Amino acid sequence: MQDFTFHMPAAVADASGLLGSCEDPKLIAGGMTLLPTLKQRLAEPTDLIDLGAIADLKGIRREGEHIVVGAMTCHADVAASELVLSTIPGLAMLAGQIGDPAVRHRGTIGGSCANADPAADYPAGIVGLGATVVTNQREIAGDDFFVGLFETALEPGEIITAMRFPVPKWSHYMKLRHPASGYAVVGVMIVDTGAGVRVAVTGAGPSAFRVTAMEEALSADFSAKAIDAIKVDADGLNADMHASAAYRAHVIGVLAKRAIAARR
Amino acid sequence: MLTDVNMTINGREVSGKVEARTLLVEFIRDHLKLTGTHVGCDTTQCGCCVVHVDGRAVKSCTILALQARGTSVTTIEGLAKPDGSLHPMQEAFREHHGLQCGFCTPGMVMMGIDIARRHPNADEHTVRHELEGNICRCTGYQGIVEAIVDASRTMATAGEKV
Ligand SMILES: Cc1cc2nc3c(=O)[nH]c(=O)nc-3n(C[C@H](O)[C@H](O)[C@H](O)COP(=O)(O)OP(=O)(O)OC[C@H]3O[C@@H](n4cnc5c(N)ncnc54)[C@H](O)[C@@H]3O)c2cc1C
Ligand code: FES
Ligand code: FES
Repeated sequence: MQDFTFHMPAAVADASGLLGSCEDPKLIAGGMTLLPTLKQRLAEPTDLIDLGAIADLKGIRREGEHIVVGAMTCHADVAASELVLSTIPGLAMLAGQIGDPAVRHRGTIGGSCANADPAADYPAGIVGLGATVVTNQREIAGDDFFVGLFETALEPGEIITAMRFPVPKWSHYMKLRHPASGYAVVGVMIVDTGAGVRVAVTGAGPSAFRVTAMEEALSADFSAKAIDAIKVDADGLNADMHASAAYRAHVIGVLAKRAIAARR
Repeated sequence: MLTDVNMTINGREVSGKVEARTLLVEFIRDHLKLTGTHVGCDTTQCGCCVVHVDGRAVKSCTILALQARGTSVTTIEGLAKPDGSLHPMQEAFREHHGLQCGFCTPGMVMMGIDIARRHPNADEHTVRHELEGNICRCTGYQGIVEAIVDASRTMATAGEKV
């Protein structure tokens, strides 16, 4: 790993200032993706700006009909949160399936979403639950946030401060876990918002996407039978040594039906 | 450029000067000479490097020493009592033959304690699931799982706090 200058600002404004003044800076949250990247010298920033000391970025709270999760909240805290478990159990379920316990103690919701790995779990939660990504500059609809492979709507210098989730009527996350890495070969989030059903998929495409045909069918009739005939198009889906595009397309339907079956 | 770092390790205040890129495990092993914490993969996969930072299991190969500034760190060396008597988790690993070569053992024991704290009276299924991030090349896990299941009971009964 190339050496760098390390900063630990106490406020978002200070972190933002450093992003503007340093030569080639990078934010570090849990470091679960960034440190391995630096070890491999795939990135060689001059400065690391650690968000770990900014108290405002941590924690989970209720704001009316929304649950707000600070960007620096680690996966383990989301998975174990009484508030999340009682309002959005699907989100706690998702967070608890990321990596392993030690990774969940460090990795953060902000870092995971900023990184936008196509196989990451959180993007399915952000898109499926119709969350809003809150940054130090603006608010971005979850539907518009994940733009492509490792690509988000964030501008250079923009810092995610929190994720705001509307409390749904029901939510569930199902994942076909890669047996070695733990990442999602396919992950499906199904949400009944009360005003309709949302189905979001991660792992299968370059970035998280919704399956509108399933959403329409399930909004009319919430049953596994309703989506039995719906085939997800494999065109444009990921194909690699772990799974073909056709396999991933098929698994989306299988996981969606299992999620539906879990509703009592 | 060297930066000051200070933290509490196994109840002892320590400080030093490190390059910013120094990993916590490098600080522990190379600077403090506490070589009980192992490095198996250096890629966040194997769990040999697990220590507790402010009471939670983390992989010390994937956190900078500077990120742990001001925290309280516990390593395998910090578990036994000064008189040499073992922590219940260490005792259970001995009892159930939870190790062969011993390379993964410090990380397994530290993770085991973390599991037992979060899941008092953990069952076998829970323990196997929670060991996702710890790899053992020798034992086939049987003894490790038995040890953690057993110690999670002992610790729950004793209201264990380490
Ligand atoms: C062994 C292992 C297994 C894993 N398994 C899974 C898995 O099963 N599923 C899964 O989804 N993930 C998995 N991960 C990834 C993990 O979830 C990480 O938490 C995540 O990828 C990155 O989060 P982080 O907080 O560590 O971010 P970092 O690594 O610190 O940062 C990642 C990127 O995001 C940027 N960034 C961080 N925070 C912000 C912010 N607030 N605003 C703007 N930019 C920011 C950084 O500059 C960097 O470019 C795994 C990781 C490991 C090491
Ligand atoms: S050395 Fe840290 S996980 Fe393998
Ligand atoms: S005892 Fe040898 S690797 Fe686990």
